[in-house]
Amino acid sequence: MLEVESLTTRYGSISALRDVGLSVGAGEVVCLIGPNGAGKTTLLSTISGLLNPVSGSIRLENEEITSWSPDRILRSGLALVPEHRRIFGDLTVDENLLVGGVTVASARRLELKEEVISLFPVLGEKLATEAGYLSGGEAQQLAIGRALMSEPKILLMDEPALGLAPVLAEVVFELIDQLRQNGQTLLVVEQNARRILEVADRGYVMRSGNIVISGDSDELISRDDLFETYIGKTDSNHD
Amino acid sequence: MTELIQQIVDGLGRGGIYALIALGIAVIFGVMHLVNFAHGELITVSAYSAYGLFQAGWDWWLIAPAVILIAGMTSVVIEFLAFRWVRGAPDFTMLMTSFGIHFVVQALFVMYVSANFRQFPRPDWIFNTVKIAGISFEVFDVAVIFFTLLTLIATFWILQKTMFGISLRAAAEDFDAARLMGVRSDRIIRGAFALSGLLAGVAAVFWLMRSGQAGPTAGLTPMLKGVLAALIGGLGSLGGAVLGGVTLGLVEVMLISRLPEGLVGLTDGIVFLLIAFLFVFRPQGFISVRRAERV
Repeated sequence: MLEVESLTTRYGSISALRDVGLSVGAGEVVCLIGPNGAGKTTLLSTISGLLNPVSGSIRLENEEITSWSPDRILRSGLALVPEHRRIFGDLTVDENLLVGGVTVASARRLELKEEVISLFPVLGEKLATEAGYLSGGEAQQLAIGRALMSEPKILLMDEPALGLAPVLAEVVFELIDQLRQNGQTLLVVEQNARRILEVADRGYVMRSGNIVISGDSDELISRDDLFETYIGKTDSNHD
Repeated sequence: MTELIQQIVDGLGRGGIYALIALGIAVIFGVMHLVNFAHGELITVSAYSAYGLFQAGWDWWLIAPAVILIAGMTSVVIEFLAFRWVRGAPDFTMLMTSFGIHFVVQALFVMYVSANFRQFPRPDWIFNTVKIAGISFEVFDVAVIFFTLLTLIATFWILQKTMFGISLRAAAEDFDAARLMGVRSDRIIRGAFALSGLLAGVAAVFWLMRSGQAGPTAGLTPMLKGVLAALIGGLGSLGGAVLGGVTLGLVEVMLISRLPEGLVGLTDGIVFLLIAFLFVFRPQGFISVRRAERV
């Protein structure tokens, strides 16, 4: 479904991504793990159109989407739940969901809102609340629900458990599992490598702007050198 | 007491015009993080349009809607010709662009029309009075308050209830996040400029009915008042812009009516001092705005 080939992205003269390639098949949950500064967020930002690569190719269902604008990429079926959620704090929960569905027809938008509320009942109870007043867990549910409002073929999630208490982080991982069971294709960046590997089908390990290892989750999680050599001690904090 | 009520109505009328201008400035600031000093040129263009239409034999009842439409279209054209090309540039570049538009428009009118102000007739009814609850008010003040309220209600309805309005507010808070949701940046910015221009057009109609003249600098004073009102209310806050405009109008009228005759000329100076005093204690203005606010 999503194919990235030889992608290179720079911030000025600094290469944040170097010749990166990955693929995500329909219905798969693929994770992207690695230490801070590895380029994971840069990769998601480039795929979703917030950054333009200097070279390489991004294809969604065989259509070239490289350097398209973010709204055009979303319309083609790729949505991103950005790092730190970036929900609209001055807008109500209801309005956040409606903005998430801005690309779909109005009747379908209302149906989707009901579907999202059935997935996240807490959002239904707080439709009139300004999103800035939600708790971290509620805000994360809103960020994911908002992205689902566009009916994405593939959903990218950038550190969905970041900043959440362990109990709430666990809710997010359960949610990812639930989305997978619903057939949603996912590409998830996550610091908590062990936990996301338990949920994902496959994984890629990034370091210094490169993909250094890839493989099935079972294979990656059983590698003794993975956490010590490639990911660092950050992940052990989650254990 | 009667006099105070009359002054309040007068202040609300004056403040309503400031509020409309400030609201337009706040809308643009929301989506572009730009204090648009070219906003006054919409009033200048409106003034010359009104003058031209009078020359063509039009009446105020037709000129008013025409001026509003022309201001809206001019705003979109200015965005297309100037601001589009510096979108994403540093704030200072956009600020300089707005100053550039301000001076270019002035120069064009000086070169191709005249450096002198051109007069046109004001409506006959504006100085008529009407009695409400036994108190006499100028019809003009009552009309300004009524139409300003109507315009503000329509504007806030658009912002709160339509997908365009909700998307615009989302973009004002975090433009990149809005784009990630599928909000089209071109469409939302063009819409913001159109809305801002229409608001300036409504304000221009009332301003011109009172001033009855067109000149290259016709938009300067209303623009400055609008920027001040937006700053007082809290730059970027739409409700704050309205509050700031009304406050500015009321304070001006109260000062004019209470200052000794020889000191009335100092009204603007005293207003600036009061604003400086306000900013010492509340630098963010009446309403604080928390957001990324950047295109």
